[in-house]
Amino acid sequence: MFVARLAVLAAAMLSLASVADAKSLRWASQGDALTMDPHSQNEGPTTAMNQHVYDALIGRDPKLAKVPGLALAWKPIAPDTWEFKLRPDVKFSDGTPFTADDVVFSYNRALAPTSDFRSYISSIKDVKAIDPLTVHIITNGPNPILPDYTTSILIMSKAWSEKHNVTKPQSFKDKEETYAVRNAMGTGPYILKQRDPDVRTVMAKNPTFWGAKDFPDYPDELVYTPIKEAATRVAALISGQVDFVLDAPLQDIARIKQTPGLKTEETAQVRSIFLGLDMGSAELKYSDVKGKNPFADKRVRQAMYQAIDVNAIKAKVMRNFSAPAGLVTSPGVHGYTPELDKRLSYDVASAKKLLAEAGYPNGFSVTLDCPNDRYNNDEQICQAVTGMLAQIGIKVDLQARSKTLHFPKLQKKDTSFFLVGWGVPTLDSHYVLTFLYQTNDAAKKVGSWNYTGYTNAKLDELADGMLKEVDQAKRDKMIADAWALAVADMPYLPLHHQLIVWSMSDKVTMPIFANDSPNFKYGKIK
Amino acid sequence: MLAFIVSRLLQSLAVMLAVSFLCFVLFNFVGDPINNMVGQEASPAERAEMRHDLGLEDSVGVQFLRFLGNAVTGNFGKSYRLARPVSDLIVERMPATLELVLVAALLALAFGIPLGVLTALRRHTVDSSAVMTFSLAGVAMPTFVIGILLIYVFSVECKAWAPALGLPADWCFPSFGRGETVNLGWWKTGLLTDSGLKAIVLPAFTLSLFQMTLVLRLVRSQMLEVLRTDYIKFARARGLTDSAVHFRHALKNTLLPVITVIGIQVGGLIAFSIITETVFQWPGMGQLFIQSVQFADIPVMAAYLVMVSFIFVAINFFVDLLYAAIDPRLRLDRARLGTAGG
Repeated sequence: MFVARLAVLAAAMLSLASVADAKSLRWASQGDALTMDPHSQNEGPTTAMNQHVYDALIGRDPKLAKVPGLALAWKPIAPDTWEFKLRPDVKFSDGTPFTADDVVFSYNRALAPTSDFRSYISSIKDVKAIDPLTVHIITNGPNPILPDYTTSILIMSKAWSEKHNVTKPQSFKDKEETYAVRNAMGTGPYILKQRDPDVRTVMAKNPTFWGAKDFPDYPDELVYTPIKEAATRVAALISGQVDFVLDAPLQDIARIKQTPGLKTEETAQVRSIFLGLDMGSAELKYSDVKGKNPFADKRVRQAMYQAIDVNAIKAKVMRNFSAPAGLVTSPGVHGYTPELDKRLSYDVASAKKLLAEAGYPNGFSVTLDCPNDRYNNDEQICQAVTGMLAQIGIKVDLQARSKTLHFPKLQKKDTSFFLVGWGVPTLDSHYVLTFLYQTNDAAKKVGSWNYTGYTNAKLDELADGMLKEVDQAKRDKMIADAWALAVADMPYLPLHHQLIVWSMSDKVTMPIFANDSPNFKYGKIK
Repeated sequence: MLAFIVSRLLQSLAVMLAVSFLCFVLFNFVGDPINNMVGQEASPAERAEMRHDLGLEDSVGVQFLRFLGNAVTGNFGKSYRLARPVSDLIVERMPATLELVLVAALLALAFGIPLGVLTALRRHTVDSSAVMTFSLAGVAMPTFVIGILLIYVFSVECKAWAPALGLPADWCFPSFGRGETVNLGWWKTGLLTDSGLKAIVLPAFTLSLFQMTLVLRLVRSQMLEVLRTDYIKFARARGLTDSAVHFRHALKNTLLPVITVIGIQVGGLIAFSIITETVFQWPGMGQLFIQSVQFADIPVMAAYLVMVSFIFVAINFFVDLLYAAIDPRLRLDRARLGTAGG
């Protein structure tokens, strides 16, 4: 009797659940978004998910060029003020109109102490609503690249946030879960229909989306499943249980390409992989050279650079999914040029000579700290480097660890030689120069990822200057000069830019985004 | 008897305390969650502030006592990764794991016992040596290999061979997930839908294979032993049919140890479903744990490990009680020890 009742109940629920899923796109990747709260996690997968529900003032097209989002036009009206003209007649998916008040509210929310975007937009002093369709953003001094920063700040509804008591981003100190963690309501192309973290997220087309005219054809429904195990993810794609996989492992790409009915899209990712050298300390912490620091000598750094056969790493370790680099920033970033990106030649003989000239004809030993779960094939890259440096007599003791141990070690400056990668959300060179090359200065909040001890007053000055310079030509010159110094001084040994490969069914048309963040309103499914 | 129960309870409590303390010591080696919780722009000062807010700067002892204090009131804190209360997460994931374990245990019994009987009765035949060879593979092959192999054969390659055998194209099994689920109160079950039932086949089989072969080999050896005993000879002498001798007399007597072993193994199934859940993206507690380890999500790891140790301790506690109830010698020894000590 009980069983019969259960069966009836189940049947009733199923019939409710099975709505016609016309043009549904099922996609998978390794890790789910951490939260639907758009301001509490500044993390790739989280942003990739949330941008389907929430819009920013300015969007990015598949070429990563800035395109109008909730703002139609923007211009500086004073050295420290940017004016944004908002798009008229935009409605949130609950039917309420979108106005300048929502923008002011969202920016203040993103600047709150519990926001993970607080330091990202720390140059913003004030945000003012001038009229319902005009917003002024006032910065601490001129900020020529403010529009680039706005592409990451998603806009929430003030009324909705107040109603659900989520006017502040979630805090880890609270015991309870806040409403915005699993619920979302924005102006974007989709509405959140079901959110089961780590299990399944379903989004349905937002009928009131402002861009319906520009994007008439995007999938009616998105079904996202995180699949942690790489082999299972690929199996799901090959067996047709998902239509799109964001991060198939590099060794499986060939197999996917050979499978009828599947295809891949590839592009250079905005992320460069490189080695850092502690050149600032008086003595290396992890080396057999005592009383002096071999890395302080540029000849040693250059010798190591020239001893690394990056093409072998590309062919053997990366299965050709990498672009050898001479610069620690990638194509697509403002200030990148192919000339700067040229590598010094791979030349073991002159590397040995340089090392001998520097006084280390027999090499020395040093410990290399390497993550093993952060970048594509990171540990194997380090193993290859270890072998290559042995050729010139540098004995590398490789220590590969999880990212949860690797990065804290770096931040304690408890390293002599390390591998790290760097992406550029603003797509502007300043972001790279200020975090990686400027002299580490906690008070000025610059150089916070510069664990090399590298310091160059001229470069510091240029980096500070380009933050404020509004004249584009002058600013470009500053960027070029700073890169010239950075490349010549060689505190980092560049390795390669990562390539990203998206795998999908033939039914799917989807342009690839170099920031590895799929925006499905640009996609289509047959 | 009461003294025995009390002493056992105290021992169990001590084990749990020791396990959770060890967990906290181990957490020091998992690393720092802060990097996963803030963007790369966060300044060192902001990272330090967050570390301070979460109490990560305190010594292991202080962190452990704080955890205990909260755990006593049923508060396991909030996940660093998902920003949700840990108790909610565990309650949400438990049904998936328990259903998987239940189906796996049933499969182990349903295949293990008949095959064990078969191989005991028909020794030195082709079919039973085939079964024994298969059981060797089941004992020796690691779970993730079995899982990947099943996915390869029954969901990837299946698209090619199923139609060739005249099976419908959608006969193949899903390679991940739970299929459609139905809510029975807070319990989300996948056992009432077609897609849910289909989805549980491969992971449950993967998880059960080791137990299945264990049961098979156990039943076989017990059966062989029982068949040699006197009362089986007497049963035969009484002229009972083969099936009555084998199933009513012999099998019944082999099952007692089998049931005991399976009971204890259920705890192991729950704890070791981690690998199966990862391979099949089964949204259970094991997967929650693995993801938490990678994120250094200490509240979830602590709660999960305490819960698993609780399951083990509870099962052992009841097994001990049962043994004591069955075997009076245990009770007497304990009672004598109790009076001598006190």
